[in-house]
Amino acid sequence: MKAKELIRVESLNKSFGDLKVLNNITESIYDGEVVSIIGPSGSGKSTFLRCLNLLERPTSGKVYFEGVDLSDKKINLDKHRQKIGMVFQLFNVFPHLKVIDNITLTPILEKKIQREEAEKKADELLERVGLIDKRDVYPTKLSGGQKQRLAIIRALAMDPKVMLFDEPTSALDPEMVKEVLEVIRGLALSGMTIVIVTHEMGFAKEVSDRVIFMADGMIQEKDTPDEIFNNPKNRRTIEFLSKVL
Amino acid sequence: MIDTVIMLWGKYYYVYIDGLLGTLWLAALTVFAATLLGTVIAIMKLSKIKILDLFTSAYIGVLRGTPILLQLYFFWLVLPKAVPINLSDTACIIIALIVNASSYVAEVIRAGIQAVDKGQVEAARSLGLSSVNTMKKIILPQAVKNILPALGNEYISMIKQTSLASVFFVQELMTSYKTVQSATFLAIPSLIIAGVIYLIVTTVLTKGLSVFERRLQANES
Repeated sequence: MKAKELIRVESLNKSFGDLKVLNNITESIYDGEVVSIIGPSGSGKSTFLRCLNLLERPTSGKVYFEGVDLSDKKINLDKHRQKIGMVFQLFNVFPHLKVIDNITLTPILEKKIQREEAEKKADELLERVGLIDKRDVYPTKLSGGQKQRLAIIRALAMDPKVMLFDEPTSALDPEMVKEVLEVIRGLALSGMTIVIVTHEMGFAKEVSDRVIFMADGMIQEKDTPDEIFNNPKNRRTIEFLSKVL
Repeated sequence: MIDTVIMLWGKYYYVYIDGLLGTLWLAALTVFAATLLGTVIAIMKLSKIKILDLFTSAYIGVLRGTPILLQLYFFWLVLPKAVPINLSDTACIIIALIVNASSYVAEVIRAGIQAVDKGQVEAARSLGLSSVNTMKKIILPQAVKNILPALGNEYISMIKQTSLASVFFVQELMTSYKTVQSATFLAIPSLIIAGVIYLIVTTVLTKGLSVFERRLQANES
């Protein structure tokens, strides 16, 4: 039996002016799976990810989340975005808010959760990623790896159904990559649905259920990590992997 | 010369103090009201609604593209004819100063808002924070840190700008100079006193502002 379809993308096109970034992509993400998206820079993988929560509006095509067409102007997009966590390359933590308030701001404002309850949950999350001692400091006091862990639990505090990671370790110093990957790995093991755009091939190979290889705004090949990395069939995939592995 | 300056100060200091208070009050009132008006203009400009953008661009363009003295004359001549209530010269000039300053303040506020990292908005919206809450809780608190120092500078420059109101005998420091000058015919010493007062006030305020700015930075996260 196949798992429930969480996200469905249909004939997705995205252009920036004359530049066609995504070319007719159709793909589904299923509940509980971990999907890595790899490919050369400029292949459209980040844009694809950003279309999944409509941070980028598709030029044409549909994005369904739990069966709801997100590009429908009549829906309350914010309500649906609350169930789609996103983590960015440059962390984007809120510098004017203490660590604890970074986490509790949106649950309190948008889910109307009592502050006490929101903080209790935030404390658990902080504990889980080893940041509880940073609870009451401002984010400038944090290292890059700590900021990214904060960004991850800030998203988790909304109880998302899926987590989108946009090159979460690309801006980190090498010694901090591991601590962030550990957190994502833990998340994957806990059964969270994850879509991750990454350059960490070892990580993609290890944690993914599926790997999607993108180039020129199209999905060139998708398969199990074992097939993609050990037995790639597409010419572009072979070319790309020969350069990065 | 120094003796004359000291003598003049001893005899007419209250005229200058009154003038200085007028200047500070005029500048404060202008910047305060211009901040309210300028915020509205800035939001209209950022709204991406074409007609509003067109209007604000014209508004800012005209006010920044013509001399402030011309604008003061314009308001002083036109306002009493245009509105049914009785407006004093001072009221006309204050309104003109506010309208003029609003165009500068609007640009300060717009720039302050746009300087907030786009990633902040993306993070907030991806969490599901509404656009209103994103503006209130994420953008504005960070924009204020960009805007406040610039508004402080606007206040300091307004202290100098308001001297133009002396053309219309609004009570402020340059008008004090004129008063003393015409009472004593001692033009240069009277001008020196006014100049020294301006210099002291702007220097103190500039220093104060840079301390405030450092505080703001240190506070930042």
